[in-house]
Amino acid sequence: MAQLIGVPNEVAEDEKRVALTPETAGRIQKLGYKLQIERGAGESANFSDASYREAGVEVVDDVWGSSDIVMKVRQPTAGEAAKLGSGKTLISFVWPAQNEDLVKTLSAQKPHAVLAMDQVPRISRAQKLDALSSMANIAGYRAVVEAANNFGRFFTGQVTAAGKVPPAKVLVIGAGVAGLAAIGAARSMGAIVRSFDIRPEVAEQIESMGAEFLFLDFDNEDAGTEGGYAKPSSPEFREKQLELFRAQASDVDIVITTALIPGRPAPKLWLEDMVKSMKPGSVIVDLAAEQGGNCDLTVPGERIVTDNDVTVIGYTDMASRMAAQSSQLYGTNLRHMLDDLTPEKNGVPNVNMDDVVIRGCTVIKDGAVTFPPPPVATSAAPKPVAAVKIDPEEEARKAEAAASKAAMTKGIMIALAAGLLALIGLTAPADFLSYLIVFILSVIVGYYVIWNVSHSLHTPLMAVTNAISGIIIVGALLQVSSSNTLVQVLAGIGVFVAAINIFGGFLVTRRMLAMFQKS
Amino acid sequence: MLSQGSVTAAYIAASVLFILSLSGLSKQETAKNGVFYGVIGMAIAIIATVLGPGVTNYLMLVPVIALAGLVGWYVANKVEMTQMPELVAILHSFVGLAAVFVGFNSHLEGLGKYVGAARTIHNVEIFLGVFIGAITFTGSIVAFGKLSGKMSGNALTLPGRHMLNLAAIVVSVILAIIFCMGNPEPSWPLVVMMLIAFVFGAHLVMAIGGADMPVVVSMLNSYSGWAAAVGFMLGNYLLIVTGALVGSSGAILSYIMCAAMNRSFISVILGGWGGEATGAQQEVEGEMVPTNVDSVVQQLDDADSVVFVPGYGLAVAQAQGAVSELAKKLRAKGKEVRFAIHPVAGRLPGHMNVLLAEAKVPYDYVLEMDEINGDLPQTDFVMILGANDIVNPAAQDDPNSPIAGMPVLEVWKAKNVVISKRGQGRGYSGVENPLFFKDNSRMLYGDAKDSLDAILKQMD
Repeated sequence: MAQLIGVPNEVAEDEKRVALTPETAGRIQKLGYKLQIERGAGESANFSDASYREAGVEVVDDVWGSSDIVMKVRQPTAGEAAKLGSGKTLISFVWPAQNEDLVKTLSAQKPHAVLAMDQVPRISRAQKLDALSSMANIAGYRAVVEAANNFGRFFTGQVTAAGKVPPAKVLVIGAGVAGLAAIGAARSMGAIVRSFDIRPEVAEQIESMGAEFLFLDFDNEDAGTEGGYAKPSSPEFREKQLELFRAQASDVDIVITTALIPGRPAPKLWLEDMVKSMKPGSVIVDLAAEQGGNCDLTVPGERIVTDNDVTVIGYTDMASRMAAQSSQLYGTNLRHMLDDLTPEKNGVPNVNMDDVVIRGCTVIKDGAVTFPPPPVATSAAPKPVAAVKIDPEEEARKAEAAASKAAMTKGIMIALAAGLLALIGLTAPADFLSYLIVFILSVIVGYYVIWNVSHSLHTPLMAVTNAISGIIIVGALLQVSSSNTLVQVLAGIGVFVAAINIFGGFLVTRRMLAMFQKS
Repeated sequence: MLSQGSVTAAYIAASVLFILSLSGLSKQETAKNGVFYGVIGMAIAIIATVLGPGVTNYLMLVPVIALAGLVGWYVANKVEMTQMPELVAILHSFVGLAAVFVGFNSHLEGLGKYVGAARTIHNVEIFLGVFIGAITFTGSIVAFGKLSGKMSGNALTLPGRHMLNLAAIVVSVILAIIFCMGNPEPSWPLVVMMLIAFVFGAHLVMAIGGADMPVVVSMLNSYSGWAAAVGFMLGNYLLIVTGALVGSSGAILSYIMCAAMNRSFISVILGGWGGEATGAQQEVEGEMVPTNVDSVVQQLDDADSVVFVPGYGLAVAQAQGAVSELAKKLRAKGKEVRFAIHPVAGRLPGHMNVLLAEAKVPYDYVLEMDEINGDLPQTDFVMILGANDIVNPAAQDDPNSPIAGMPVLEVWKAKNVVISKRGQGRGYSGVENPLFFKDNSRMLYGDAKDSLDAILKQMD
């Protein structure tokens, strides 16, 4: 039985995204599912009810009661969670670590499964359903747009008839997906971009986006990663880091902070004194506002202006502010999730707990809480081989020995050949020697001619040389008129098989070559 | 009737034409002319011989050649391009057989004609000609059997096979001495040696496994040339020149194939994968992740540059038409589509090129390993069709791998790789392929042709 997927209106204030777009609807139906959507759910993301109907989606007033699977964007409210019903499946953001109560409410409903789009493991195979990355990408872009909107000057430097304009300087803290997207957007608007991340290995990524990596000279052994995300850092390291930022504060015009540590409040990296030392008109965009913000002055969800005229933007709905784009990307992530859930394409999800990706996302299975999942190994590199230590001197000596040995072998070969030739010259009749000359010269000609043959023509070459080797027919022809009957018969057979070879070889080569054509 | 001088002049012309023929094959543009030269050369040689002194038996020659022409024409038109290796192999056996007969006749005709050193040389030539011809004959038949699937492609390794081969050679040398000593030369040592050589040739090729067939076929090609060089015993310059050309051609092809596998000619000829690997092979971690037609279509849609890597599996599945169709479609969408050919892909040197040409893939999109390896890191999507060892990263990464050092196509450097494969088995060499376990690799199980057809259907 094909299951019915329902997409409700988002109830959260200012949430403009929707979990289904007409485009993804078509793809999801190919997996065997039926679809319904609440009236007006796509309106704020510029998808009309009519466009959904056109894509084969039924538009209804309420989806919670009748759907087998509910797909939405935001984590469900307590009221929504209570409506889920037993045996149903929910796919949305859940944030199970932060919302324990919600998980409890949900599991009390005894649902078939709850899949959290925020819990996709960070392995390459799962990238196509990594909704956090999709949303972070949009947030990073939007952060630059918001900053530009609040910044009273150009991003790009210009020399105009009315005077010279210096380029804006942008500092991006944290080079995850959002940070890199912000770097890209700011760079393409012409700003000078600097970036910092506590993971030194992302320097290359930062530079590839066109920003300057701010290098911190600190022996930071434990600044590695955990499941692909940054870890909290030591107090000494933090001090060094703040020092670096303080030096930047008076120079940069725009600061975009994106530093997040999973499951913890955002680290405070842009302190009040740094805001104070910034130039009037500067802008701070804090993408970590939802987790408390990286900046001391951030008010989540608000835009404030400080006494020294610095704008601090703490919007928590960056992705929702680009609802059409984010709905499209999130919808595609959901489609990929359904793709993985429905290998049979029969419209029935198979929550396969052996699949690491699905296991990671599953928060509740058959009414029981399955969060947190066991850790996943993020890379599958072959075991390193112990390097063989080679002494360069020994190496040189070996090479020398090999060279002298080769020279000696060559010498012996030449001597042998000379001896052999001398022997032949002394004993063999003159006829034989002239044959030998022809033979050797032919081998040499063959050698040079064949090396020029292009690789793609090797098969035709073999067919042709094969046909040409049918020249043995000449030998048989010369013997066929012998007075000895046995010789006649053998020569006759020889002529026959050699002739097959000649005709077959040439004809098949022609056939092959006729097929080769240039575009 | 032509005089001996005219015949010789014709032979010179034929020799030159043969050389032009081979050099014409160096480029696609001149290849067709090359074959034309070859045909003319051969026609001149045969007509001059037939009309020359000493040939009178026209009553027998005309029907025999006409019949052979018909057979050759039929075979050449009927053969599938995937069966090219078999055809080439069986044609080699004909040359071998003809050389055996010519050798015998030369012995029977020459009795009592030569004295002194000339006689010894004549006898040695006969002996060598028959020996090489006989090996070529049975070796080619076994190669034909293996390539056409009538015999198992596995390497047959008899216990003490090297000793058997050695014994065959030693006995043959003894027989040669007996043959030369006798006056007049007895025929029996020649017959016995021929039988030994038949067995020797068959055994030699039996011991060589399926993937080494490109080397074997080109080696037999070489032998068929040396066998034709029996002109020594007939005092015929044309035979000498042509035989030497063909012989060196086959030898060079064998060498190229061996170099492409980073193996020595001797180790290929002696058969089997020599147990040279020292130490344990690296273990491969990770999992093989299957994919499906839908996501491959999606990936193809997203990719700007696509490279196909065909292998023997493509020939087996007869999927060359489907892949050509797919390439055409992708190119129509403005994507860069190319084919990467490893020197030993398939069962014959250049086998894949011929298959793709048959499927009307323009040859300027078909690149060799060295040409494409540098571009692979910038390639979005690589699809591997029935190839395994030639894309195995262990050849570079794992010094203990049996194929260590073999040049391979570095497909793992591309952004995404999809491997179309029948099942989870290993390649011919039995080496595990770490490529299948890489993060950017996906397995598309099933027959290559079925998969490609399904992809084509989805694209519409």
